[in-house]
Amino acid sequence: MPKSTTPSPHLVSAQDTWDAPAGLSVEDVTLRFGGIKALSGVTFSAQPGSITAVIGPNGAGKTSVFNCISGFYRPSSGRIMLDGQDVTRLRPPRRATLGMARSFQNIALFRGMTVLDNIKLGRHGHMKTNLLQAFFYAGPAAREEEALRREVEERIIDFLEIDHIRNMPVSVLSYGLQKRVELARALAMRPRILLLDEPVAGMNREETEDMARFILDVKEEWGVTILMVEHDMGLVMDISDHVTVLNFGQVIASGKPAEVQADPQVAAAYLGSGDPAALMKRLAAEGAT
Amino acid sequence: MSGDLLFFIEISLAGLGSGALLALTALAFVLIYKATRVVNLAVSEVLMLGGYLFFAFAAGLGLSAWVALPLSILGGGLLGGIVERGVIRPMLGENPISVFMVTVGLGSILVGMAELIWGAEPKSLPAFISTTPLFLGEAYVSRKIAVAFVVAGVTISVFLALFRFWRGGVALRATATDQAAAYSCGINVPGVFSVAWIVGCATAAGAGVLLGAIGGISTTMGVFGLSALVVVIVGGLDSILGALIGGLALGLIQSWASTYLGGEYTSVVTFGLLIVAMMIRPYGLFGTHEIERL
Amino acid sequence: MIIGTAKESYRADEALLTTQPQRVWMAIFLAALVALPFALNDYWLYLACLVAINVTAATGLNILTGFTGLVSLGHAAFMAVGAYTVAWAETRLGTPFFINLIAGGLVAAAFGILVGLPSLRVKGLYLAIATIAASFILHFCFIHFDGITGGATGINVPPLSIFGIELATYFRLYWVIMPITAVMVLGAANLFRTRIGRAFIAIRDRDISAEVLGIPLLRYKLMSFSIASFYAGMAGGLWAYFFRVVTPESFPLLTSIFLLAAIIVGGMGAIIGGIAGAIFMTLAPELLRFGMEWISPLVPNAGALLSPVRTVVFGALIVGFLIFEPQGLAEIIQRIRRYFRLWPFRT
Repeated sequence: MPKSTTPSPHLVSAQDTWDAPAGLSVEDVTLRFGGIKALSGVTFSAQPGSITAVIGPNGAGKTSVFNCISGFYRPSSGRIMLDGQDVTRLRPPRRATLGMARSFQNIALFRGMTVLDNIKLGRHGHMKTNLLQAFFYAGPAAREEEALRREVEERIIDFLEIDHIRNMPVSVLSYGLQKRVELARALAMRPRILLLDEPVAGMNREETEDMARFILDVKEEWGVTILMVEHDMGLVMDISDHVTVLNFGQVIASGKPAEVQADPQVAAAYLGSGDPAALMKRLAAEGAT
Repeated sequence: MSGDLLFFIEISLAGLGSGALLALTALAFVLIYKATRVVNLAVSEVLMLGGYLFFAFAAGLGLSAWVALPLSILGGGLLGGIVERGVIRPMLGENPISVFMVTVGLGSILVGMAELIWGAEPKSLPAFISTTPLFLGEAYVSRKIAVAFVVAGVTISVFLALFRFWRGGVALRATATDQAAAYSCGINVPGVFSVAWIVGCATAAGAGVLLGAIGGISTTMGVFGLSALVVVIVGGLDSILGALIGGLALGLIQSWASTYLGGEYTSVVTFGLLIVAMMIRPYGLFGTHEIERL
Repeated sequence: MIIGTAKESYRADEALLTTQPQRVWMAIFLAALVALPFALNDYWLYLACLVAINVTAATGLNILTGFTGLVSLGHAAFMAVGAYTVAWAETRLGTPFFINLIAGGLVAAAFGILVGLPSLRVKGLYLAIATIAASFILHFCFIHFDGITGGATGINVPPLSIFGIELATYFRLYWVIMPITAVMVLGAANLFRTRIGRAFIAIRDRDISAEVLGIPLLRYKLMSFSIASFYAGMAGGLWAYFFRVVTPESFPLLTSIFLLAAIIVGGMGAIIGGIAGAIFMTLAPELLRFGMEWISPLVPNAGALLSPVRTVVFGALIVGFLIFEPQGLAEIIQRIRRYFRLWPFRT
């Protein structure tokens, strides 16, 4: 197992090299596919250094919002602002270098690569090695790779407790571990804001709790703003600072978890009735599964 | 009618004739692609083999052309069935490029076999279509080309009708749209695969006999398949109508290019057209664009 | 048996060869390459040079197709561009060998970028067919731009000479071709230790999510095309010095298929795959020739059968490897390594 023999000078607290968390605001975003309005006038924001959850029934437009934010879809109207900068027209790679990282609903790891290489890929946009240096693996290229390896090992792999799988190809890993590797890769991007699309979907109780702990740690220790889409109400209510509810492509409620829980419109969206008590019961039931 | 115009019409008619053969070969590509999502480059070599089988039955065994022709078509179909079961079925679910390369390899095997059996030098097929020329008004058309045109036209129309109205055609369309869903609806998807390969290869073999009747046979006549591949890419890999229109259009264009620019311009015009078409409509004029989900 | 390897620094873990046996085997291999020309006769030296040229070309194609997932059936056309550039520079400008060769690579790379442009719009088979189309168009240009290319008769290339020493024998050529090949292969291996190589693999595996990681797709796809064509151009340049004549028929579509077959048989997406595949596919026809000579007393016209048998075997190798050993020779080599790692405790 590779470990450096001397204490590394790079072992410093996260905030020294990481940029400050970024705020994100979605302003009046409308998205049309042909005649269908997937999103209409969606407005919400994620405060720097907080956890914001976007929830809503299936087909409410949660993933569409994410795809607009990360640049796969271009909104028909409205703006996406990252720390006051309009990013609506930027291509995804550009947004990545501005500090936006995301994970996918159905894991988008590179199956042919090892865990380590997958994580290293996250740093791509911040590295400088050019073709000629790469060809000869000349000074700067070797130094950059070594520094990256050190950072990935000591900062990310240790933090997410995945050192035992670092040299395995991702295709042999369990679902929960793959999700964790995806998080690791996103962290390697040195994100200022992290978009998590259903980070605990399909996980068992224990894996969900691990992931919740990691998400909280990322927010607190790494100082990263987190925006997530999630169905697990227990998780959402536990760790979010702010919740936005979507239904049929519109924001129907927004506020602190407790406020949203009490909102009759939210209950109606989920249950078709306006009874907050029934919703509470159902949320409690979901939290227990 | 002025001589220039008459000449132009004759050139165009000849182009439509070879275009019909292109369309027929393209149909073989489309049938196989629609059912199994395989671009079968070996269609070119099955076409060649169709010509050689006819040669073997008609010249070698001395059978009448009207016996040799169906036998050659059957031979092509049989080959298609064997290849599908033996080689393509085990590759199910593999990356499309690998399967494509398998068909490239198969093509090489077929060319080598044909050379082993019949030798490498070109041959001409025993005449079975009369050589008396045909006149459309004043315009001269070679009877062979006219026959090829009619046969190809009828075959493609029959296929279009079958696709729309016959149960098997509907099954094929369902399989093309979603294999798993078709399977769960009780459609015999493996059966559809086999039928598509058998019919596709039989069509190619038939096209090979017609092509051989017009221009003779050689082990390199498979390059004709490359032009047909251009047709299906331009027309849309999963569109029979695209194969028909694309085939006729390319036949015309090739005929004009080789007459007015010179024979060596045929391939550059053909492939130039392909690149332009690809940049404008990457999934063909009539093909369906598959949307990738995130 | 090897239980594990202890490493003391990240640098050691990022090295190209991480275990002692790997280093030993590499040393033996390099020593063999140096000793080879003293042991082989002229015919086998000819083959060794040809193998080296094909290794360079196949390694380039492997970067594009095996690692980046962009299938090219026009690789031979880039070799032709390199060969023509070298032949033209050598006969018209008289510039030194090394400059000609690099120029061959660079001109081919420029063409590669041009041909790679459709990769913005189309993928997979469509791209493969676009590259076939491009190679036919280039073939047309080679015949018709006869002011530069010498038309159908092509260009004759004078013998390679470095510092006034003429290198006309295979023995001397070997000392130029083999080291260049070694550097090219090493360069390819290095590429995949850095962010550029990783980006290529990311594009191959899932090109949409590669974008989210900050990898600009078009730039990297074109980069992969240009690198692959650079390799092809270098190989074509060496080819021109080796065969001393370049004509439009020197690099047919079959050469492109041959190179693709070589990386399939060798193993796509593994540097060793390009090497093993090129060696195997170049030597296989020769082995067949010996086989046919051996059976010639039994089969009357064995000589005439050689060419079709080669065609059949060529196809059968592609089909066979794709069905039975899709990871190619590289996987077989891995399996042998694994076996010996546990030897003699597991048999």
